[in-house]
Amino acid sequence: MAGKIKRLLALGAVVLTTAALAWAGSEDQPKAGGAPKPVITKATKGEHCVEPNDFMRRNHMKVLLHHRDETVLEGIRTKKYSLKECINCHASEKTGSVAASKDDFCVSCHSYAAVKIDCFDCHSTKPQGSMAMHPLNAETAHYAHKLAAQANSKVSAEEMAGVAQ
Amino acid sequence: MASITFREVEGSSLKYWALFGGIGLFVLFGFLSYLYMHHHGHVVTGMDNQIVWGLPHVFAVFLIVAASGALNVASIASVFNKPMYKPLAPLSAILALALMLGGLLVLVLDLGRSDRLIVAMTHFNFKSMFTWNVFLYSGFFGLVGIYLWTMLDRNVKAYSKAAGTAAFIWRLTLTTGTGSLFGFLIARELYGTSMLAPMFIIMSFSYGLAIYLMVLVAAYAWTGRTLGDAVMMRLKSLLAVFVAAALYFVVVYHMTNLYFTKMHSVEAFILRDGGILTTLFWVGQIVIGCVIPLVILLSGLGKQRAWIMIASALIVLGGIAQMYVTIIGAQAYPLDMFPGMTVKSSFYDGVVHGYAPSMPELFLGLGGVAIALLVTTFAVKVLRLLPASLDDATVAKLEH
Amino acid sequence: MSDMKSMSDKTPSSPERRHFINAATVAAGVTLVPGVMLIEVAHGRPEDQAASSAVRWGMLVDATKCATGCDECVSACSTENGWTPVAESQHKKQAPQWIRKLELQDPLTQLETNLPMMCQHCAEPPCVDVCPTGASFKRADGIVLVNRHTCIGCRYCMMACPYKARSLVHEPLNDTQKPDVPRGVGCVEACTFCVQKVDRGDGTTACVEACTAAGHNALVFGDMNDPESEISKRLRELPTKQVRADLNLNLGVRYHGI
Repeated sequence: MAGKIKRLLALGAVVLTTAALAWAGSEDQPKAGGAPKPVITKATKGEHCVEPNDFMRRNHMKVLLHHRDETVLEGIRTKKYSLKECINCHASEKTGSVAASKDDFCVSCHSYAAVKIDCFDCHSTKPQGSMAMHPLNAETAHYAHKLAAQANSKVSAEEMAGVAQ
Repeated sequence: MASITFREVEGSSLKYWALFGGIGLFVLFGFLSYLYMHHHGHVVTGMDNQIVWGLPHVFAVFLIVAASGALNVASIASVFNKPMYKPLAPLSAILALALMLGGLLVLVLDLGRSDRLIVAMTHFNFKSMFTWNVFLYSGFFGLVGIYLWTMLDRNVKAYSKAAGTAAFIWRLTLTTGTGSLFGFLIARELYGTSMLAPMFIIMSFSYGLAIYLMVLVAAYAWTGRTLGDAVMMRLKSLLAVFVAAALYFVVVYHMTNLYFTKMHSVEAFILRDGGILTTLFWVGQIVIGCVIPLVILLSGLGKQRAWIMIASALIVLGGIAQMYVTIIGAQAYPLDMFPGMTVKSSFYDGVVHGYAPSMPELFLGLGGVAIALLVTTFAVKVLRLLPASLDDATVAKLEH
Repeated sequence: MSDMKSMSDKTPSSPERRHFINAATVAAGVTLVPGVMLIEVAHGRPEDQAASSAVRWGMLVDATKCATGCDECVSACSTENGWTPVAESQHKKQAPQWIRKLELQDPLTQLETNLPMMCQHCAEPPCVDVCPTGASFKRADGIVLVNRHTCIGCRYCMMACPYKARSLVHEPLNDTQKPDVPRGVGCVEACTFCVQKVDRGDGTTACVEACTAAGHNALVFGDMNDPESEISKRLRELPTKQVRADLNLNLGVRYHGI
């Protein structure tokens, strides 16, 4: 079963890459030694994107733009088309980010297409809870100074875990 | 009425190109400063969350105010039908455009997100004085451009008066808008008054004319053309009136504030305890910017061209000091959220805030001045803006 | 709630005591859950639903309970929203501060007052009036925000704010932002009433949680339009003032004891 899934994934990756290259290269293929081809890594989570890949490749910016205005101005926080959800699925396993290294999901294509991404001037490139393994994550870190203040009074691991929950 | 010959400046001498290059160097410095500030963020400037508008705004607002004032000479010619000023009008219009361009560039390049200028051009909030100014500035370019065209092209000369009148009304509105950028702010004691709009208008008259006079004299001296005393005497008397009027507004403004108890401490800050700001107010704005120029212009000294130039330069320096006091002074004084209480915090509440402008800010501001001068220098070379001669005999003929 | 109140009157003195209080806070968090749940039922809206003007989020600051030297609310805000605490900042003069502690003193009577100062979430916000691009805006539920997608960093809102509530981000943040709280260099920012928590249905803010956890109970957050909300009840009982009430901006933050 696992082997089958792996094979499917591999096939998916090949199809995705070919499709991306065909799209990115469009009419005339760049000659060998031209710009390096974008690396498109399969998302770390989920089976498929919120829309077909073809649609997303051409229209992700439109749906993101629409969603962003609804979220910021009206407080609508649906998950579909949310940038945060893109990042949650597409963050690279190596860097934990969609834009930290040149092979990461967003950067890879964008640098190939020479389109500047403005998102990450303000948005985190990492998924929520990427610090979850740390006892002090985003939700509890404001206890940090308390714990530090009591460094002498020895805080047990259980208490830390209790705080983290 | 005798006709006047306008002629381009030759502009091929070594001196011309040296001037051009020298000014160009400052434009380059300004641009490099912008790149530096944009790359690192405003952290490399002296500005912070207390002094949010700094030296770039001092220069930008000064240039914008001076721009609308520089148009005055042209307005007097066409709106008020004074033929003597007609030959002076084209330079007045081009100087207005150049100063406005310099000021706007500084303003725009100091934005936290200057790369998003397109947003400012496509998203508008019509309750914002800033939005109105965006339209006032663009309209200014349009109207003064058309006005200049009617002066340069014989085919459309008939529309000159109409264009001039429109530009004149527009520039009054524009400076009202610039003054109201500050006048429409409720938070700070020194702003939030309609006094600022007319005060900025009268200041624009004097700054703009002072700059105009310096450019005019320099252009004629460096090109070896004749500039008669008749023109100079008229303009310097006008300048004296504007400076006196600006001084009058400053006095009324502060006297009014001094009458209100709630304004006593902020007035004491500007007039007595503000350190460098107090010095800039009394020495810069009042003595250098108003009193000395008035003495020069109204006494016998004002008959000598060199002294008129000195007075004009002092008015410009005083003008920059005035903008500094107006813009920085109001921010340096702490917000009075809890009247009668002393306040302490990690965010500099309750304390007078210091401001040390950084080099990039200074050079960005000077870059704006340089752009204005560069545009003018280039324009007089390629366009017929300057009369071949303004000797007394030629000018006298115009009057009849 | 009553036992929480009595707890606040005791001041922790020894480390052991602090330790106990801290453990108790965790327990208190659990006992608080029913109350929190109630608020959630009242205000938690589905994620596909827009913020409604039927709600007006507001905060009550009881300055008589705000402790000298305590900055729990400030550090909680910094942690929740990802801005660097001013003490740790390389550039203290330019460091953003979404919330800060003010220490007031009457020079005549020597009376001292402590209170947190942040965006007052005005019903008639001057920052919204002056913003040239409309980036500064008020959401339907009364929360005043900056849309960083259209903020050009002109700082006119900072000139207009009577509370000095806004900061410009002066330096690049290098991907240190929280996923829920985008912030960026060159844009202006301020207290958001923890809009990410509000939209999640938490019904409270990081500063209020921290103040409650510390046992001071000086802060209450809630819907001022709902007569049954805790904040509305408290506002009915306690005399409160708006800072710079003379400006008539109808503030979302009300102070008692100033």
